[in-house]
Amino acid sequence: MAVKSNLVNMAVVLGATCLLCSAVLGGAYALTKAPIEAAAAEKTNRAIGEVLPHFTAAEFVADGNYYKATDGDEVVGYAILSNVVGFGGNLSLMVGVTPDGVVYNTSVLSHSETPGLGAKCNTDSKFMDQWRGFNPSVKKLAVTKDGGDVDAITASTITSRAYTLAVANALDTFNGIAGQAGNDALTVMPGEDRASNNEGGQDNE
Amino acid sequence: MEYFLIIISAIFVNNIVLAQFLGICPYLGVSSKLSTATGMSMAVCFVITLATLVTYLINTYLLVPLGITFLQTIAFILVIAALVQMVEIVLKKVSPSLYQALGIFLPLITTNCAVLGVAINVVTKEFAFVPGGMLNLGQALVYAFATSLGYGLAMVIFAGIREHLALNDVPKAFKGVPIAIISVGILALAFMGFSGMVK
Amino acid sequence: MSKFKLITDGLVKNNPTFVLLLGMCPTLATTTSAINGLSMGLATLFVLVLSNMAISALAPAVPDKVHIPVYIVVIATFVTLLQLLMQAYTPAMYETLGLFIPLIVVNCIVLGRAEAFANKHGVLESACDGLGVGLGFTCSLTVLGLVREILGSGSAFGWNFIGGHDGMLAFVMAPGAFLCLGYLMVLFNKFLKKN
Repeated sequence: MAVKSNLVNMAVVLGATCLLCSAVLGGAYALTKAPIEAAAAEKTNRAIGEVLPHFTAAEFVADGNYYKATDGDEVVGYAILSNVVGFGGNLSLMVGVTPDGVVYNTSVLSHSETPGLGAKCNTDSKFMDQWRGFNPSVKKLAVTKDGGDVDAITASTITSRAYTLAVANALDTFNGIAGQAGNDALTVMPGEDRASNNEGGQDNE
Repeated sequence: MEYFLIIISAIFVNNIVLAQFLGICPYLGVSSKLSTATGMSMAVCFVITLATLVTYLINTYLLVPLGITFLQTIAFILVIAALVQMVEIVLKKVSPSLYQALGIFLPLITTNCAVLGVAINVVTKEFAFVPGGMLNLGQALVYAFATSLGYGLAMVIFAGIREHLALNDVPKAFKGVPIAIISVGILALAFMGFSGMVK
Repeated sequence: MSKFKLITDGLVKNNPTFVLLLGMCPTLATTTSAINGLSMGLATLFVLVLSNMAISALAPAVPDKVHIPVYIVVIATFVTLLQLLMQAYTPAMYETLGLFIPLIVVNCIVLGRAEAFANKHGVLESACDGLGVGLGFTCSLTVLGLVREILGSGSAFGWNFIGGHDGMLAFVMAPGAFLCLGYLMVLFNKFLKKN
């Protein structure tokens, strides 16, 4: 139905099509670049806002994979990205740690857990609320089955263990940051300091 | 060690057809006979692995440094189309009988979501059991090869099932594709038993 | 052929999911809820209409032997355009649909309609054909998504009607997708297919 093919007009048409399309896309890219970056920044800021108290600026530190959130001169906290293998695949968390070493809150960025079981890690309020203000120097960072203080999701021990590991890894990163800052008072050893009856966190069954 | 995890995960836990839903159209079309199914799997395996190699290199050394990653879709699909053309030419010379048996399905490997899907996944997805999250070239190739093995496995199992189904008395409304899809569903249910293996 | 008939044909007679059996991959993967299915359908519709029109306009100038790569590049351009627009203005849905947006390039429906219809007909008719088939696809995805959502999560279009409880979760996962699609095909065959 179309034009008869020969090497020249095949190459010309294919080449011209590619050039035209690349030009169109280049233009579209230039136009959408700003909104795309704005959308990405808004998403990051919203995620950090969930895990840390009020902040005005967040700086990404690649070595350690975390965001340093500040409000003026004061360091509000660190939003640390933590990836582990869960039950069905990647479990990606953002853990907000305030400078005193306490977990302010955690948020699930992505997961491949089983709906109704492990997927409850970001819908079950009982599981999620226990991480608010989780103080690793007072509570042991392991699921109750392993002798710790973390309340696991019913029938989803593996997901819960993975989540706990992700938080532990984030705290390790925090210790690294605190160590670099040279401030030993900030360093926390999860589970070691089981001091007196401290009412710091939630009461778990 | 992570190579082993990548392989197990790609073949069983996240099987490309039964868990990721890629490569279904040819899956339903070619799996009615065991011999064509095996031939097709091998062709797909070759194309996926080679395509991943080329697209990974193009992405790492051309698209990212020049800041033109928005041309990724076009670049990748052109590479795949060219590769399939090459495979067709080679196959016609080397094994004309297989070429005949595969028929229309050989050029259709270009539009097989599995090939483009794997190519895009290796450069965008983060894998937790790999330090840093992103795969290097070696891991990407192992992942691609293992994925195509998973594809072949699912296809061969399914061809066996379909050969039996063809001999059975299926109600009229179910005949052909519907009963095939329902069988795949049950197979997918079986493969769900593998989840949690990579831990 | 009446342009209106072109559109309605796509809904039943040429329904891509239940009659033409094309585009299975996104059908199974993105129908975990009615809204997801609807969005995927509309995204594909966008590409279908535009690529049908572009290919219909270009076809007379394209040499026969190179027509497949040329069509693929054109389709890929519209898909990338869609990707950029969605990333900028609907980032949440873009993330939900994930890999399946770029995979519209290899969606057999798009290339299939280009080959079967667009390169032989005028621009306006190709647009109507794209619209019809796209609407058929969108309806199939939305129906499948709705069924899976009702059975699997006890909600419809996000409105939950069984309180906080879980539904039959197998339906929002892989096996459920295949089973629902299979049974919907059976129903379609029995009641809507006229032969």
